[in-house]
Amino acid sequence: MIVLLIARREINQALKTWSGYIIGASLLLLSGLLYNVLGVGAVPQYSRDVLANAYYFLSGTSLVAGILFAMRLVAEERQTGSLPLLSSSPISDGQLVVGKFLGGFVSVALFVACTLYIPLLVWIRGNVTVGHIVAGHFGLLLIGAAGVSIGLLGSVLFRSQLLAAIVSGVIAVVMLVLWPAKRLIDGPLGDVIGAMALHDRHFRPFMDGTISLANVVYYGSVIAFFLVLSRNVMEAKRWRG
Amino acid sequence: MIRTESLTKYFGTRPAVRDLSFRIEDSEVVGFLGLNGAGKTTTLRMLAGLLAPSNGTIEIDSEPLHAERSIEVRRRIGFLPERPPLYDEMGVREFLEFAARLRGVQKDRAGPAASEAMERTGLGDHRHQGIGSLSHGYRQRVGIAQAIVHRPSLVILDEPTSGLDPVQIAHMRELIRELRGHHTILVSSHNLPEIQQTCDRLLVMRDGRLVASGTEAELWGRSRGRVRLELVGEPERIRGLLPDDSRIRPTPASEANTLEVESTLTGPTEELVERLVGAGIGVRRVEPVTEGLEELFVQLTTEEAP
Repeated sequence: MIVLLIARREINQALKTWSGYIIGASLLLLSGLLYNVLGVGAVPQYSRDVLANAYYFLSGTSLVAGILFAMRLVAEERQTGSLPLLSSSPISDGQLVVGKFLGGFVSVALFVACTLYIPLLVWIRGNVTVGHIVAGHFGLLLIGAAGVSIGLLGSVLFRSQLLAAIVSGVIAVVMLVLWPAKRLIDGPLGDVIGAMALHDRHFRPFMDGTISLANVVYYGSVIAFFLVLSRNVMEAKRWRG
Repeated sequence: MIRTESLTKYFGTRPAVRDLSFRIEDSEVVGFLGLNGAGKTTTLRMLAGLLAPSNGTIEIDSEPLHAERSIEVRRRIGFLPERPPLYDEMGVREFLEFAARLRGVQKDRAGPAASEAMERTGLGDHRHQGIGSLSHGYRQRVGIAQAIVHRPSLVILDEPTSGLDPVQIAHMRELIRELRGHHTILVSSHNLPEIQQTCDRLLVMRDGRLVASGTEAELWGRSRGRVRLELVGEPERIRGLLPDDSRIRPTPASEANTLEVESTLTGPTEELVERLVGAGIGVRRVEPVTEGLEELFVQLTTEEAP
């Protein structure tokens, strides 16, 4: 299957280049620091609250990891001149985008797997359920995948990886601040804006160990929206040149 | 067979290719000539399916490209852009198998297809070498190998000798010659001897338009070049029928009234021959004075179209 072929090459390339390891290691270090300094803190807390705090910070690093792993997916192909290999092949722009997304998602999944030691520490030292960890890590995978889809759009839009990361970061921040923004708007419009926010409303249940279908559908919709947008940009570039 | 009809491409409001119509028969090797900015690369990118035309159609084996089924049509195309599309972290064989799979070759056929492409492009000794460590000439070969690995009917080569040294250029020319007969080939190049020695026919572009098409000899005949004739008749009469700058001298054989004439064409060659024959002058031989493709190239790409 062509999508898996593209994804497999992406994964192989990510494993062979230093940039992925540097990004992953830096964010793991940051995750550990945030957990120890802000998550555990100096004041005694229930272990479930410590775990919820850990997932709060890990959701941020997973989102950033998604964007940073995705920034090179198409932009690097443009920079190195290898994109015509894919664009002139008998594959659709949709297949190309999904293949790239899957490649980026596997990198994020590896990163998220590496953060498992944090909830395991809480589990060993405290009193939390395995279900809480499963739900929290599932949430991390979802928000990380959303980060990949946002980063992929930036990567499709720009030749420069730096620009791709900056623009994707801005999109993510805008989607994060929709939650506090809802407080400024009364009525149904405020509710709609709040429902679109990338984190609080939809991620907090995962932090607390709850998997709800509505939140899974939300993240699925965000991923699908940005993938469709990326495919449309690829198609438009074929027309506009 | 490749056919384009009124092919046009705009970048914003600027036309890069205008109203381009041509036809290339199966197994032909066609050279694409033009100055920088003439629209060659844009045309090749449209033919490779990378760019959609603003207007007009492209047909590959009577099937339209850039239509709903264009993805399938792309299986029949192999494309080498000016900068070979390679993945430096891959080995040569691994990369060619990947390219074959991308172009729809079945998994169990990808290995043999890669081996065949390596053999045809002389990459056998480098099969396990990393692409990132290859010389420019070998990278170019891998670029050609990826373009032919799925046995396409049309191979498009955009500046295949760009940046190569003379020995590598000779090897590349040999390689393109070896592809002849297996594929229809469209080559764009600034390297005129390469075009001259490898192509059956030339397409010349200027300012996004096709200004000439034909064999080198045909283009000379149609251009405002010079023509060499062997004529039988009275020198004075012949002189009266030709432009003032014509050079007339007796043939080396020194037959009576047999003259070798070199004259500037003021119209089609046929018109000149008709004028001479109509005036009772015998025409034994007519040939274009082809001093070199370079002169023809300059003439066709800088002067008004004939």
